[in-house]
Amino acid sequence: MSAGFAPLPLPYTAPELERRLGADWSGLLWTAYRWMRTARSLDERMVGLQRQGRVGFYGPATGQEAVSIAAGLAVRENDWVFPGLREQLVALVRGHPLGTYLHHLFADSLDPASGRQMPCHPTAREVRYVSMSSCVGTQVSQAVGCAYGFRFRSDDAVSLAFFGDGATSVSDFHAGMNFAGVFHLPVVFCCTNNQWAISLPVEQQSRVAELAEKAAAYGMPGRRVDGSDFIETYLQLSDALETARQGRGPTLLEFVVYRMSPHSTSDDPSRYQPADWRERSAQHDPVGRMERLLGALGLLSQDLVREMDRQIDATLRDAIAAAERTAPPGPETLERDVFAPAVSAPSAEG
Amino acid sequence: MTEVTLVQAVNRALRTAMSADPEVLLLGEDIGVNGGVFRATEGLLKDFGADRVIDTPLSETGIVGAAVGMALYGLKPVAEIQFLDFIYPGFDQIVSELAKFRYRSGGQYPCHVVIRSPYGGGIKGGLYHSQSTEAYFAHTAGLKVVVPSTPADAYGLLLSSIFDPDPVIFLEPKRIYRTVTGEVPEGDQRVPIGRARTVREGTDVSVFAYGAMIPPATEACQAAEADGVSAELIDLRTLVPLDAGAVLASVEKTGRAVIVHEAARFCGYGAEIAAILAEKAFFSLKAPIHRVTGFDTPFPYALENLYLPNAARIRQAIVDTVRAG
Ligand SMILES: Cc1ncc(C[n+]2csc(CCOP(=O)(O)OP(=O)(O)O)c2C)c(N)n1
Ligand SMILES: [Mg+2]
Repeated sequence: MSAGFAPLPLPYTAPELERRLGADWSGLLWTAYRWMRTARSLDERMVGLQRQGRVGFYGPATGQEAVSIAAGLAVRENDWVFPGLREQLVALVRGHPLGTYLHHLFADSLDPASGRQMPCHPTAREVRYVSMSSCVGTQVSQAVGCAYGFRFRSDDAVSLAFFGDGATSVSDFHAGMNFAGVFHLPVVFCCTNNQWAISLPVEQQSRVAELAEKAAAYGMPGRRVDGSDFIETYLQLSDALETARQGRGPTLLEFVVYRMSPHSTSDDPSRYQPADWRERSAQHDPVGRMERLLGALGLLSQDLVREMDRQIDATLRDAIAAAERTAPPGPETLERDVFAPAVSAPSAEG
Repeated sequence: MTEVTLVQAVNRALRTAMSADPEVLLLGEDIGVNGGVFRATEGLLKDFGADRVIDTPLSETGIVGAAVGMALYGLKPVAEIQFLDFIYPGFDQIVSELAKFRYRSGGQYPCHVVIRSPYGGGIKGGLYHSQSTEAYFAHTAGLKVVVPSTPADAYGLLLSSIFDPDPVIFLEPKRIYRTVTGEVPEGDQRVPIGRARTVREGTDVSVFAYGAMIPPATEACQAAEADGVSAELIDLRTLVPLDAGAVLASVEKTGRAVIVHEAARFCGYGAEIAAILAEKAFFSLKAPIHRVTGFDTPFPYALENLYLPNAARIRQAIVDTVRAG
């Protein structure tokens, strides 16, 4: 975890923050900061547990936390989230219990999906967080169909489609963006450009300098956002959500972030990342930036942070211990949920 | 009751479902103003409006992906894929997403989309307007696969499919879209998914077929009477879930089986029927199981009549099977 609160040139002043974020701007920033520290701590612990063989896999979101947290805080209750690979935090911020998420990460019998998916693929219907597959990009056109449903039922919800820079090359990105443009649907396309798709740098993913430019091909606005800056990210998301909600169509937001971790616990970035990537990416660390901002605004003290960390540690420790104590899913769950329960699964045994 | 063609029965079922439930909507290429290239959706745009009969851009992954999203939200989308041969850009959405949503979400996100698509040969459509690739879908857990062969079944099974809680691949035998006619009921009269239909009873051999193979199989069974063979014809109607009980009961009675499909033979749907019979009805069998199928080639344009099983080939198989033991 980044340490110290060295002041940075401050892009935001207190009156400006109040004007743009509302009267409880400091509460919003504190909530975001708490989630950042929680997420960072969760990533560190889970990578460690994977190394010890206690969980099977983990895909950290280190360096990308501001985007998911801002989204979780900017959406309304009726908005739907179609996550990409690293947006589990959106579900947690919207209220999916951390303990339940841990049961998912440990693929135990209290995982709502009976441990069927790899870790980091949770489902949380209660917070309108859609179950993701591992197939990069497929969620994009689904988010668009869901948004068609909103308009059809006169529901003022917005659909958020999250995906990475790599996913912009997938056919469903094109199909989804095109359908959303043609039907003028309430979708916010959130491209988290962490500049890598496993080993492929974004310059080799696309010839355009800014992925946001792709929006022009679909007749929608596209904006490039500093995704390590929580406030900028939150404001851009809020604006695009409002635009969509008012029936003024979809937006593509490209959040530029720095992948500060390996692609996943199965990856070794030393094979492909330049030697200075770590150092460069650390300068953009969204947690460090938030700390510096809060510090400069006089909102942060070592005591407060220490107490916050103590609570986070205790929560995570308990949740991990509870998950580790829980039995794996029973064999009776294997054939469930292939079809609706009323109809027995077709089988040659019949 | 009125006498209609198979494609008209599809149209009527769509109309009935859309009238019964305002959240049934259709999406696909050329289905609105044009009424579909086979006219299956003729007149529906006018009666139900562009919000419910959606002309989409040309993208099968977009069509299926959007339908998945609509279904997750709770609508009942019926997607048309113009020809089964063009479904592959949407194949990922079908096998990776649609088929797996319920399972991977522990039942939190059921996803019931109907995908209708004309399939099969015999219309001079060459490689890409003729294929019969039902096995790809039957092989994927989580999808139901339905293939009607009569207007009444097209009507009743499509209604069942639209109101089923699970995803359904509804394959329409386009070769007989207009060549078979029959009566269909009025209103929401459904034919249950998962039950085979006995087309004719017989005692010497069981013939299993579906879709556009039913007319030539019927003709073959009739012709085999002249050879002194009493053939039973079973229209499987739904490939998943298979009515295994009906298949086994018939072979336990006749002791012989001929399986007919126009799809390629290798790993075709008939292989599964043959395997089930070998596993579960082995001691009832008096003769080797016989398959009458398309060839293990791409679908040919000029030689399509050679490729497709016809009444003569099916009759020969029936007679050979009965003579074999
Ligand atoms: C269709 C598909 N192809 C390949 C993969 C393997 N894969 C998993 S993640 C990934 C890179 C994704 O990059 P990006 O979209 O930028 O997301 P990020 O991992 O950077 O968050 C690849 C190639 C996959 N999961 N799905
Ligand atoms: Mg990336």
